Amino acid sequence: MTDLTSLTLAEARKGLAAKTFTSLELTDAHLSAIEAARVLNAFVMETPEQARAMAREADAQIAKGDAGPLAGIPLGIKDLFATKGVRTTACSKILGNFVPTYESTITSQLWRDGAVMLGKLNNDEFAMGSANETSCFGPVGNPWRREGSNTTLVPGGSSGGSASAVAALLCMGATATDTGGSIRQPAAFTATVGIKPTYGRCSRWGIVAFASSLDQAGPIARSVRDSAMLLRSMAGHDPKDTTSVDMPVPDYEAAIGKSVKGIRIGIPREYRLDGMPAEIEKLWSEGAAWLKAAGAELVEVSLPHTKYALPAYYIVAPAEASSNLARYDGVRYGLRDQGKNIIELYENTRAEGFGAEVKRRVMIGTYVLSAGYYDAYYLRAQKVRTLIKKDFEDCFAKGVDAILTPATPSAAFGIGEKGGADPVEMYLNDIFTVTVNMAGLPGIAVPAGKDAQGLPLGLQLIGRPFDEETLFSLGEVIEQAAGRFTPARWW
Amino acid sequence: MSVDAATVRRIAHLARIAVSEGEVPHLQGELNAMLAFVEQLSEVNVEGVEPMTSVTPMEMKKRQDVVNDGEIADDIVANAPATEGHFFLVPKVVE
Repeated sequence: MTDLTSLTLAEARKGLAAKTFTSLELTDAHLSAIEAARVLNAFVMETPEQARAMAREADAQIAKGDAGPLAGIPLGIKDLFATKGVRTTACSKILGNFVPTYESTITSQLWRDGAVMLGKLNNDEFAMGSANETSCFGPVGNPWRREGSNTTLVPGGSSGGSASAVAALLCMGATATDTGGSIRQPAAFTATVGIKPTYGRCSRWGIVAFASSLDQAGPIARSVRDSAMLLRSMAGHDPKDTTSVDMPVPDYEAAIGKSVKGIRIGIPREYRLDGMPAEIEKLWSEGAAWLKAAGAELVEVSLPHTKYALPAYYIVAPAEASSNLARYDGVRYGLRDQGKNIIELYENTRAEGFGAEVKRRVMIGTYVLSAGYYDAYYLRAQKVRTLIKKDFEDCFAKGVDAILTPATPSAAFGIGEKGGADPVEMYLNDIFTVTVNMAGLPGIAVPAGKDAQGLPLGLQLIGRPFDEETLFSLGEVIEQAAGRFTPARWW
Repeated sequence: MSVDAATVRRIAHLARIAVSEGEVPHLQGELNAMLAFVEQLSEVNVEGVEPMTSVTPMEMKKRQDVVNDGEIADDIVANAPATEGHFFLVPKVVE
């Protein structure tokens, strides 16, 4: 039997249906792979017993012939998703040994459809980071290394554990979240596929909140088809999230292989940055050429407020975070430090429980919302956000169906290489992805090639609101042209 | 705009994060780096632009004003660091 961990989710589904192997065998193969890959630090909690129990149940359902669309498929869950009875920390010391008494909507939908949970995945603390270096469990290793080098690189962030685990074949797919690029940037750094759906497509209920107007969950997967299968189970209306949209969930997989003839692809000139590596420029032209060869039409477009998206994000996101993270007070759950009065208890608990990046963002958020500064910072940033969204609306109004951009301004870098002196250096990683969150649009990152050092690079496609299907059709064209990329195993 | 050391201490207190004197200069530098970065927003003409309040054009859904959950006090206090019965324990607040 071939190594079961090397299958795509779609292939595994076929094998399970044909009874070539069982979910228990598939699950055990992945549990062994996880055990052998602990050096990557992708999982912060392994749940092998629960995984085997869920696999047995899936096998029974498959035998009975009433299996769900993800029956028996082993997945990893980002530690930002509340999982009933399984420790959930957002990779922050302040949540300590928090064990939810409830299940997030998204994970409950995955279990409803028969998926198997292998464990919880590492991420940046409260999803604040672009390298998975701010986790209280330590950094995650990227399964990709530069050719001829032993240096461990970051997998990107904040969904670094999700991307690393999928790329290293430790799970068949993973849940992830994206506030400024946290699905798409790690997907690009690890040659995996990541989609951030339209804001409102997936319920945020039971996901540890970072910036509520920007946060959206999505999958990281081994192929475009796999990501479509996962999103179908994750998406859907949830009355418990007032921003969740009451719209039917399409069969995203049906969009795979659909003709892209006549689809108009915008190439935004503002994404051509000074000093952008030639390889990324080349990859971008190649991607455009592949789509053109498949029948799509290319048009140059302008998104004039692009350069203001990242600074506006660094006002809006910290402001919302400072409010969302006010709940970590040492009283109701998580870590508690002592103080001689309640204020000291709060201050000491939060000083002890939050890491440096989280403190920085909570403080900047507090500042921009404080009396006398609200109009100058927060209100102005929300106005700029309106302009950023309008740029996209103008573009779509001119008949553009989707926009093609690079996913990241560089390939993966070494642990500790960026952001040490100036936090802004790290923030620039999200320069191509953050606009999409600011406008609430769907965006997919698809592996498209490698740089001169053998590291993967990705392209991003941005779609109209709730038109994830076009992104899957176009993403499939890129995947077919570029091929799939697997790292050489060193761990 | 930039922040001075006193402002850093004030923000830290507003954010309820204890900051030692030794941390202040470092935090001040980082916060000022962020503020310098967002400074470029001042060059955008936002005259007459509405601030964004919702990224998707949808009306806020409202629930019926009825009790539809509850009787889960055990769950609510399950993760609390200090409790007595169904109460959270905190240092004395009112003398």
